[in-house]
Amino acid sequence: MVASYVPLSYYLLLSGFLFACGVAGFLIKRNIITIFMSIELMLNGVNLSFVAFAAHWHALSGQVFVFFVMVVAAAEAAVGLAIIIAVYRTRETLNVDQVNLLKL
Amino acid sequence: MNPNLNLWLIPVLPLAGAAINGFLGKKSSREGVTAVALLFSGAAFAMALWVAGHFSSLLLLPYHEFVAHWIRSGNFSADFSFYLDQLSLVMLLVVTGVGFLIHIYSVGYMWDDPSYYRFFSYLNLFMFFMLTLVLAGNYLLMFIGWEGVGLASYLLIGFWFTKDSAASAGKKAFIVNRIGDFGFLIALFLLIKHFGSLNFQVFHRVESFKAAGNEGLLTAIAILLMVGAAGKSAQIPLYVWLPDAMEGPTPVSALIHAATMVTAGVYMVSRSHVIFENAPTALMVVAIIGTLTAFFAATIGIAQTDIKKVLAYSTISQLGYMFMACGVGAFSAGIFHLMTHAFFKGLLFLGAGSVIHAVGGEQDMRKMGGLRSYIPWTFLTMSIATLAIAGFPPLAGFFSKDEILWKVFSSEHGSWVFWLIGVVTAFITSFYMFRLWFMTFFGDYRGTQADSHGHASHGHDSHGHGGPHESPMVMLVPLAILAVLSIVGGWVGIGNHFDNFLAPVFELPLPAQSAAESGGHMEFYLTIVSVGAAFLGFYLAYLLYHKRQDLPQKIADGLGGFYQAVVHKYYIDELYAALFVKPLIDGSTRILWQDVDRKIIDAAVNDAGDGARQVSDEVRHMQSGNIRSYAAWIAAGSAVVIAFMIWMGVGAR
Repeated sequence: MVASYVPLSYYLLLSGFLFACGVAGFLIKRNIITIFMSIELMLNGVNLSFVAFAAHWHALSGQVFVFFVMVVAAAEAAVGLAIIIAVYRTRETLNVDQVNLLKL
Repeated sequence: MNPNLNLWLIPVLPLAGAAINGFLGKKSSREGVTAVALLFSGAAFAMALWVAGHFSSLLLLPYHEFVAHWIRSGNFSADFSFYLDQLSLVMLLVVTGVGFLIHIYSVGYMWDDPSYYRFFSYLNLFMFFMLTLVLAGNYLLMFIGWEGVGLASYLLIGFWFTKDSAASAGKKAFIVNRIGDFGFLIALFLLIKHFGSLNFQVFHRVESFKAAGNEGLLTAIAILLMVGAAGKSAQIPLYVWLPDAMEGPTPVSALIHAATMVTAGVYMVSRSHVIFENAPTALMVVAIIGTLTAFFAATIGIAQTDIKKVLAYSTISQLGYMFMACGVGAFSAGIFHLMTHAFFKGLLFLGAGSVIHAVGGEQDMRKMGGLRSYIPWTFLTMSIATLAIAGFPPLAGFFSKDEILWKVFSSEHGSWVFWLIGVVTAFITSFYMFRLWFMTFFGDYRGTQADSHGHASHGHDSHGHGGPHESPMVMLVPLAILAVLSIVGGWVGIGNHFDNFLAPVFELPLPAQSAAESGGHMEFYLTIVSVGAAFLGFYLAYLLYHKRQDLPQKIADGLGGFYQAVVHKYYIDELYAALFVKPLIDGSTRILWQDVDRKIIDAAVNDAGDGARQVSDEVRHMQSGNIRSYAAWIAAGSAVVIAFMIWMGVGAR
């Protein structure tokens, strides 16, 4: 019902905007937690396009995908936050530019 | 059915000797090396004698022996197979017999050489290849032997490779031979293309092939074969390597460059006689080349002062006689001369080696003289050989040379022009041989007693004792045996026995008997003329080099430029250098090396490498290790892909 009032392109534009925000945040920010949140933003941007398409084509698979993405994102958040804490404990900083031991 | 003769053993025995001496000789004693070398070459000779003994019991001639498959491709096949008929039997006995004698002689001659084992290893290797050449059942196996004797010849000419002249003489021999081999190879390719086989059985098809209108092709094949023969047998224009080959040890000159290897060309032409007989033009070419070479080389021989160089030119000249005989279709006469020549020229070289040994490495005849009282046995045997080559009856050379001259005159392919040049050449031969004889053995000794130590240039040839002295027994016995052969070797030609023996090979159309009878008187007169020429040569040499020793210099001065040209071998080497060698070297240096190789090939490779390095040097900064810069690249890349797809989408609409 909702889909008939809001066109698909609106969802896609919002999804693209969210994704672009995520990419921009990822590239610009230096704090690891912010970067981590930018990744979540990108994932959710993609999730939005999945559900939008699922609603538009009346197909369930898009929604199933979104559940998987959420599960993986939750798992990722648990592991990622643990790593961030470990990094902070050893380096006492969350600035990615200073976490550069593997750089040339 | 024929009994099994195990012919393959004959070449393989010397090969085993070569391998044993080559791999183990360095560690073993001289006596051990001698035993191995003589045992294996002697065994080959004994085997050859045994084969000769069983030859008459062979029911089917030629005798074929199949050993193993070699090349099978479509309809073409070439196998390891051996072939024995009267022709290869004669060659087999000459090669193993003279080869064995020269092995014995070398024991004495090379005893003081530090590379004693290497010498005998090479010598045995040569025997292997030469026997392969002689016994081969097809042209391809023959070619293996042909190339192999070239290799052995190269190794032995350059035996004293620390001497520059020897090393380059070896290279010269090898390269000049390659030119001839090129012709031989193309002839083989033509045979494969048009006959589909290299077995000697193809000869059965030659006549029908000719009848099908392919005489031109046959002529081409024959002439190309002759090019190969001219290279190996030192004929014009490829003879230049043989005089230089005298840089090798003297037994090598005797075995390879006089008695056996250089006659391979004559053998090959005789083996291919069916092709030549069906190509009269090619036969004419062979006769002309042979005649010119015989005469031309003999004239050079007059003015040489190095005892081995005289013999080298004499060898070229005698090989010319053999080709002259082949060229008029008298193949058996050519083979007859090949055999007697192996005896007396082998003897001459071994005698020359004994002389060189006696005077401590000196090869210049102007520094010899009066040696007959110092080295009586060498003198005696050398005299027999000189009489034999000059064509005095009843020695071997008389019979064979006379046979050739008569055939050249009387054969349907022959002509009195060839005969005349042949007789003049016989006169010159007699002259320069007796010149050598007088200069070496008569008069007063012109070398100095102490001189024998000082000839550094002759290196290992010098034996470093004072005063001329006779050679040891081990060198004199082969000389004596060859001297006997030089006397009696020609007697097998009396009454055309030798001709008749070889007749089945050459399929002589009519019995030689009737021809001999019809031309009986004529042959007798011609014989008188050629013997007269030999006596004239002897007398002239006696006059100039014994009685009036001031005359040669006057004559030389009187001739002026012509004499200089003869001394310098008609400047042929210089001509070849200017015509072929120098343009090749210059072209290779300037164009191929400096332009093509450096500026194109090297430049392309180097530029490709440099360019790759420069580009990578620029782009390696992309890989910074900074994750966000990678992410930026990924984002930028996706942006490009998306933009492209949108544009495509727009374009498709």
